[in-house]
Amino acid sequence: MTVMAIRMYIKYRNNKYQILRTTSVWFFQIVFAFLIPEILVRFDKPWYDFKNAFPLDYDFFFSWNLNSLIASGGFGLFILVWGIVLTLVVVPVMVYFFGKRWYCSWVCGCGGLAETLGDPFRHLSNKSIGAWKLERWLVHGVLAFSLLMTGFTLYSYFSGAQVVLGVKTQTIQNIYGFLIGSIFAGVIGTGFYPIFGNRVWCRFGCPLAAYLGLVQRFKSRFRITTNGGQCISCGNCSTYCEMGIDVRAYAQKGQSIVRSSCVGCGICSAVCPRGVLKLENGPLENRTFSPEFPLGNTLK
Amino acid sequence: MNLPPIIVIGNGIAGITAARHIRKKSTKPILIISKESRFFFSRTALMYVYMGHLKWEHTQPYENHFWKKNKLDLLEETVTQIDPNKKTITLSNESILSYDSLVLATGSIPNKFGWPGENLKGVQGLYTKQDLENLEELTPSIEEAVIVGGGLIGIELAEMLHARGKKVTFLVREKSFWNNVLPKGESALINKHIVLHGIDLRLETNLSEILEDENGRVKAIQTDSGELIRCQFVGLTAGVRPNVAFLKDSTIATKRGILVNKYLETNQPDIYAIGDCAEQQEPVPGRRSIEAVWYTGRMMGETLAKTLTGTKTAYHPGHWFNSAKFFDIEYQTYGLVAAHPEDPEIHFHWQDSNKNLAITIAFDKNTNEFLGINSFGIRMRHELFDQILSEKRSVFHVMEHLSDCNFDPEFFKSYETEMISKFNAMQHTDIKPKKKHWSRIFNNLIAQ
Repeated sequence: MTVMAIRMYIKYRNNKYQILRTTSVWFFQIVFAFLIPEILVRFDKPWYDFKNAFPLDYDFFFSWNLNSLIASGGFGLFILVWGIVLTLVVVPVMVYFFGKRWYCSWVCGCGGLAETLGDPFRHLSNKSIGAWKLERWLVHGVLAFSLLMTGFTLYSYFSGAQVVLGVKTQTIQNIYGFLIGSIFAGVIGTGFYPIFGNRVWCRFGCPLAAYLGLVQRFKSRFRITTNGGQCISCGNCSTYCEMGIDVRAYAQKGQSIVRSSCVGCGICSAVCPRGVLKLENGPLENRTFSPEFPLGNTLK
Repeated sequence: MNLPPIIVIGNGIAGITAARHIRKKSTKPILIISKESRFFFSRTALMYVYMGHLKWEHTQPYENHFWKKNKLDLLEETVTQIDPNKKTITLSNESILSYDSLVLATGSIPNKFGWPGENLKGVQGLYTKQDLENLEELTPSIEEAVIVGGGLIGIELAEMLHARGKKVTFLVREKSFWNNVLPKGESALINKHIVLHGIDLRLETNLSEILEDENGRVKAIQTDSGELIRCQFVGLTAGVRPNVAFLKDSTIATKRGILVNKYLETNQPDIYAIGDCAEQQEPVPGRRSIEAVWYTGRMMGETLAKTLTGTKTAYHPGHWFNSAKFFDIEYQTYGLVAAHPEDPEIHFHWQDSNKNLAITIAFDKNTNEFLGINSFGIRMRHELFDQILSEKRSVFHVMEHLSDCNFDPEFFKSYETEMISKFNAMQHTDIKPKKKHWSRIFNNLIAQ
């Protein structure tokens, strides 16, 4: 990741947004995912990555984790409270002000890998409408699955019942852990960069991204502004969108881009040869407004 | 009964925009004819395909199923004749098709000025898909290339060849690059940038002859100073002209382009011309009769679609804007900035040449009305400048609100303070920059 982060610095040396973003995502991965958890373990505290929010951190509410947190006293309780506050308060509030990019492409570990190691594969994401449909079913499906599983888990935890509605909680956890946690996030999510692009997990599978996306789509100040009528439909933005968003389809209509999947990496803006795209956090009103014609024609 | 369709000849931005917008309002059959490519692609993206940034399919703004889904029929053919009396067209395979309305959107072809050798192998322009394919095929056998003509396509072609490791000599007729459009300081900035990229830029140099080797391919060119320059490729980029040769035996009136009135109507009923190939008989004041620009092609398409769906609409483009990229330097312009300003237009120019940044603001020295801006390396908001021009704001208003106008990505260094202090020194004013404010930037959006 470090080597590929240096590659990002060189490639985008003239783009301060990219330099700061790469530094941030690298920093959070090294410090929060590696250093702090290792130090915690040395001090006999539970291993915990403070930036890894539920439901991406899908086993946060599993009984073994809850037990271990509670067993490690005040510090464990602090982690428990932090984990809940992170998901219920910090995440939506930050998404409201900055869009989901603050997490997905400035902080997240999966995002960190995708934005550095995965950068050379970003153009491989599928831009078709078919892929978009699949994405919406899958990513929201995984979110629903993870919430359902957590519901079962918590019910079992508090009631002591092993079986809920005729299904063993353990079985659901195993299925989720294997299918989503290992196969989807792990094998497909990173191993298939060269086939599906670098954000295949974030786009089709990550339940946290789905949650952040819903907030971003319906209640956020973030959008990518299209600069009037300046788009020439060249297609660089769409090609290099790692989330498979057909950015050009919006830009050539003079419409700003508000999409739940956008992780705000800013590459569309960086590769645009005509200065058409800008990521910004502005007022909520009419973010999704689509003019009948792009700016430039008076049509008297 | 099968109604004759609206036939659109040409599937560039003008023709496709017209067809799409007609389809939004009408169920009439529409047939789009082009021999160049089956599916619409973005001509402006050709260079990125050559440089390896994009694959061909990335240049297509709509998926292939789009056309069938929207009942836009596509035909890969060449039109050879038009009969306005019978309302038919003839194709090169001699079949004859009837039309309800006919839209001519045939675009441009590269200018040739009768240079000796201009039709040799290895001599071409860069406009069509076929031009790109020819260039790609020639590329392995090119070591040295000469580009003739210092305009936007010329500098793009220079960048393309340079990116593929070719030694490029760039012949420019003028004293400085694109100086019929750009004021002196900006044109000089681009000259320097071209040279910095390792291009052999020859200003005030004309092509006199293209020399042939034993296989009928270009081997060198001779300039008007008698110098021989060895090359295996010559790019002819001395402007474009309307592609109208196929109409020379028809009754459709042409001059340089197809003559149209403000409703984009030709002299023949139910025949219209839009985009690069159209020549306005009464252009909107301040505008040229032929404007071979992506944006105007699009706007003519939008306008004609209104007319053909029942709302007769005159072509009336709004405030002039344009954009380009010169190697690494992005260029945007809003309003009119004269290359050689005449009284009462004067210019405020600011430049940071180490960073390849510059702006020129044109205004009326008597009324202080803002006339236009050229911006290099700094992105500016189209919407705000359009509004400023409509409201005829003063140059002081523009200087004060430069932060609102900036469209650079977040965290980029801004230069408004430097610009304003230079302006204050020049004009003996005391303008203070206003902090960026959303309510001014998005006021149109919020009002809606």
